[in-house]
Amino acid sequence: MASTAAVPFWRSAGMTYISYSNICANIVRNCLKEPHKSDALAREKVHFTVTKWSEGKPEKPTTRSDDPDV
Amino acid sequence: MFRQASRLLSRSIAHQQPTKTQVAARAFSTDVSATPTEDSPFAQSWKKVIPHIDAPKTPSSYMKTRPPTASAIPTKLTVNFVLPYASQLSEKEVDMIIVPATTGQMGVLPGHVPTIAELKPGVMTVHEGTDVSKYFVSSGFAFIHANSVADVIAVEAVPVDHLDSNLVQKGLAEFTQKLGSASTDLEKAEAQIGVDVYSAMNSALTG
Repeated sequence: MASTAAVPFWRSAGMTYISYSNICANIVRNCLKEPHKSDALAREKVHFTVTKWSEGKPEKPTTRSDDPDV
Repeated sequence: MFRQASRLLSRSIAHQQPTKTQVAARAFSTDVSATPTEDSPFAQSWKKVIPHIDAPKTPSSYMKTRPPTASAIPTKLTVNFVLPYASQLSEKEVDMIIVPATTGQMGVLPGHVPTIAELKPGVMTVHEGTDVSKYFVSSGFAFIHANSVADVIAVEAVPVDHLDSNLVQKGLAEFTQKLGSASTDLEKAEAQIGVDVYSAMNSALTG
């Protein structure tokens, strides 16, 4: 028996709930008044390095960062 | 063909006579007792082998047990309103909350039927006596339990007076225009999301 629940428009466009939720949150954050806005954007900054491994050896790591210096 | 149906159906039910492994292999979370069980099997087997050292604690022993479901409807609703980075309300006793569920504004009073509601961008109001506090919630979920505890989790929630109406108007105009000019499904979806969120913020500020 196929499920007939209505699919939200973002899911039928190929987006996952997490992406949807993060887009909504970013929109709200960008609409804040000043001291709160810079606090929120500073809080959400991320900085991480990803190293993929293949055949037991690490490949070149990629760094993703919101820090402008990197 | 259907003359055999009832025989076949009753035969399959009979085959599934509950064996000890099939029935209640896991209790439902609503059936788990409110009091912590002392001396779990792990602690007992630890004691047998190493009686003189205390057993290490497991994560569940640090958790507070769920408040039991009272037989009479409680007078107050206990609200836990949490964000990824902060806990806005923690076990606060209030009279009512109104959450922006995808099916519309949903009012939650003590004794509400257990519900899981997905939230859409909108305003959540917390009513305590005559005080009303309003938060704009970007999206999230609301879990209402049988014991009148409501857990509202949101990715981003701000008091409505932290929103800047100029930025909201600009954003609404920008995304409405993007919606008109979008071509791929994904662009259309993003523009639609933007329009929804901005119009919700707009009505929160003006309403």
